[in-house]
Amino acid sequence: MRARRRRLVFRRLPPLARREALWGLAFLSPWLIGFLAFTLVPMLATFGFTFTNINLNQNEPLHFIGLENYRTLAGDSQVWTSLGITLKFGLLFLPVTLIIPLALAMLLNSRYVRIPGFFRTLFYMPYIVPLVASVLIWNGYLNAETGWLNEALRFLGVSNPPNWMNDTRWIYNSLIIIALWGIGSSMVVNLASLQGVPTELYDAAKVDGAGWWGSLANVTLPMISPVIFYNLMIGIVAVFQYFLVPLVLNEGTGEPGGATMFSNLYLYKTFFTFQDMSYGATQAWLLFVIILAITLVLFKTSKHWVYYAGETR
Amino acid sequence: MATSLTLKKIAREKAPAGQTAAREGARSWGATLATVILLAAFLSPLLRMASMALKTNEQILAPDSPIWPAKQAIFTYQGKEYEVFKVPLPEGTRELALYKKGRSESQFIDPANPEAGPVTWQGSWRALPRSWQWSVSWKNFSEVWRLIDYPRLLRNTIAIAVLSMIGVLVSCILVAYGFARFRIPGKGLLFGLLVSTMFLPATVTLIPTYTVFAKLGWVGTWLPLIVPAFFANAYDVFLLRQYFMTIPREMDEAAMMDGAGPFRILRSIILPQSWPAVVAVAIFHLVYAWNDYFSPLIYLSTRPDLQPIAVGLSRFNGIHYTNPALIQTATLMTMVIPVLIFFFTQRFFMQGVVVTGVEK
Repeated sequence: MRARRRRLVFRRLPPLARREALWGLAFLSPWLIGFLAFTLVPMLATFGFTFTNINLNQNEPLHFIGLENYRTLAGDSQVWTSLGITLKFGLLFLPVTLIIPLALAMLLNSRYVRIPGFFRTLFYMPYIVPLVASVLIWNGYLNAETGWLNEALRFLGVSNPPNWMNDTRWIYNSLIIIALWGIGSSMVVNLASLQGVPTELYDAAKVDGAGWWGSLANVTLPMISPVIFYNLMIGIVAVFQYFLVPLVLNEGTGEPGGATMFSNLYLYKTFFTFQDMSYGATQAWLLFVIILAITLVLFKTSKHWVYYAGETR
Repeated sequence: MATSLTLKKIAREKAPAGQTAAREGARSWGATLATVILLAAFLSPLLRMASMALKTNEQILAPDSPIWPAKQAIFTYQGKEYEVFKVPLPEGTRELALYKKGRSESQFIDPANPEAGPVTWQGSWRALPRSWQWSVSWKNFSEVWRLIDYPRLLRNTIAIAVLSMIGVLVSCILVAYGFARFRIPGKGLLFGLLVSTMFLPATVTLIPTYTVFAKLGWVGTWLPLIVPAFFANAYDVFLLRQYFMTIPREMDEAAMMDGAGPFRILRSIILPQSWPAVVAVAIFHLVYAWNDYFSPLIYLSTRPDLQPIAVGLSRFNGIHYTNPALIQTATLMTMVIPVLIFFFTQRFFMQGVVVTGVEK
C-alpha cells in the first residue's frame, strides 16, 4: 500500500524531476544498500535470533525456542548485576564527561588565556592515541607502586595512596580518569559552539546586571544547549557500549572482584567467547530497548531545554 | 572652563585605565600559567611512557632509580671502571666511586680528586644509594621491533586502513552528493534516518553481522573490515554534505547548460572545491582504522599474521606484561604514527570535528 503510494509519487513527478530523483537515488544507493545490509536487516535479525538457539559452537539443528532466552535472561543474575554496574558507572561518567570538556572549553575561550590554538591542539591530542595504547599508558601511570600519580600523592604527603586499578572502591574513578583523556573531541565542539555565541548577548546580559554566573546560566548554557544535548546522547550510547577499556585491562575477566563486568562485556563474552549468538542477541536487544527508551525520553524533553537559534521547532 | 573639565575627566579616566591594563595583564599571565600546568598534568602520562621506553629494565627494577632515563654513574680510574655511590661522610654526602668492596668497610675514590687515592668508609656498601646519570637506552625499540614483528603489523595496519579509506571516500562522496544536490521525494526522512544511525548502538547489529560473516567464511580475513566501508557511514557523509552545500548551485547549473552530466559536475565542480573536507574524511578514517581494536579483534582472533597493530599491541601486553619498559615502548611505537598524522593535519582535523559536532 505504502509502496504503491511511493511509486505514485514518483510517477506524478514531471519527467525532469523524475530523472533528477532517480539520479539522486542512484547516488544514495551505496548508503541505502548499506543501511539495509548492515543496519536494518541485522537489527531485525538480532530480534529474530532471540527466539532461536543459534550457537556457532554446536551443530544442534536450528529451531525456534520461543521465549526460552528471555526466561534465561530474567533468571541470569549476572545480567542484572552488570546492568547495575553500567548504570552506576553512567551516573558518574555522564556528568564528568559533560562538564569537564565544557569547563575546559570555557577556559580556552576566555580572553585571558593566550595561544588558545596551541592549547586546543594539545588537549585534543590524546583523543588520537589508540585505545589500547592509552589503556596501557594509564595502567602504568595509575600503578599503585610505580605509577606517577601515586608518586605525586606520596610526595604531597599522602602516606597510603589508593590502589587505583585493583581496588573495587577506586576502579570506577580510574576508569573515569582514563575516559577523561578522550575529551578532546567534545572540548573542540564545545569551544566552537561557545565561539558562536553572539557577543551582543553578553553585553545585553551585563547591562541587565548579570554577573559571571548570570550570563553563564542565561546566555551561554541556553545558546550551546544543542551541543550539550548532542554530547549527552552520544554519551548515553557510549555508556551502554562501554567495555573495551576493561577488556584490554584484564582480558575481560571483570577484575577487580567483578566490578568491571559491564553489560556489554558480559554480552561480548556470551557471543564471542561462548559463541552463543541467540542469548547474546537477547542481551543486545535488552540494552537496545533501554538505550532507545532513555534517548526517546530525552528527545521528548529536549524541546523544553534545548534552544535552536533561528529555528522554529 | 569646559576644556579643563574635559581634561580632568580624561585624567581621571586614564589612571584607572592604566591600572586596568596592568590587572588584565596579570590575569592573562595567571590564566595562561594555570592552563599550562593543567596541560602538563594532562599530558604527563605520555611523558612517563616515553621515559619508561628509554629506560633499561635494570633501572626499572632498581628501587632507588630516578624517574628519568639513567644508568649508574661510572668513574674510570687507572683504566678500570668503578660504580659511583652516594656516600654519607661527616662533612656531608659525597658521590664516590667504589674502589674496593668489603663486608664492613670499603675503599672509595673521589672522582673530583682521584690523586688523593682511596679513602676507607665504614659500613656496608650494599646499603648505599647509587649515583645515577642521564642515559638514554634505545635497546627497547629494537627489541620490540623484533618481538612484536613491527614491520608485519605496520603492513597489515596500512593495508586495512588504506583499502577501507578508499571505500569510505568513494561511497561517502557519492552519497553526500546525492543528499546535497538532488531533489528526491522523502529525502528529509532518509537524511534523518542517516543521522539517527550515529546514535545507534553498534551491538544491536553486531551479532547477526558476525554470524553472517562467519557463515560466509569471512572471519579470519580482512573482508569484514574493508567491505562495509564501501557502503558509506553517517559521520563522513554528514561532513561532506555540509561542505558540498556551501558550493553555489549556480556553478552546477552553468555546467549543466554546457551539457555536463551529474558525474561530470561532481568531478569538475564539486570535488575540486571540497578538497579540505575530502582530506578531513580521509585522515579521520585513517586514524580511525589505525586505532580500531574491536573489529579486528573479533574477526582476526585466529589469524595473528593478519592482525593490525592495535590487536598486536594488546597481544604483546598479554605476553610481556611483566616487562613495563617493553610495554611502554610498544605503546609508543603504536601511537606515534596516528599522532604524527594528527599534528601535520590538525587544521583539517579540527574543522572536521567542528562540522560533525556543532552543526546538527
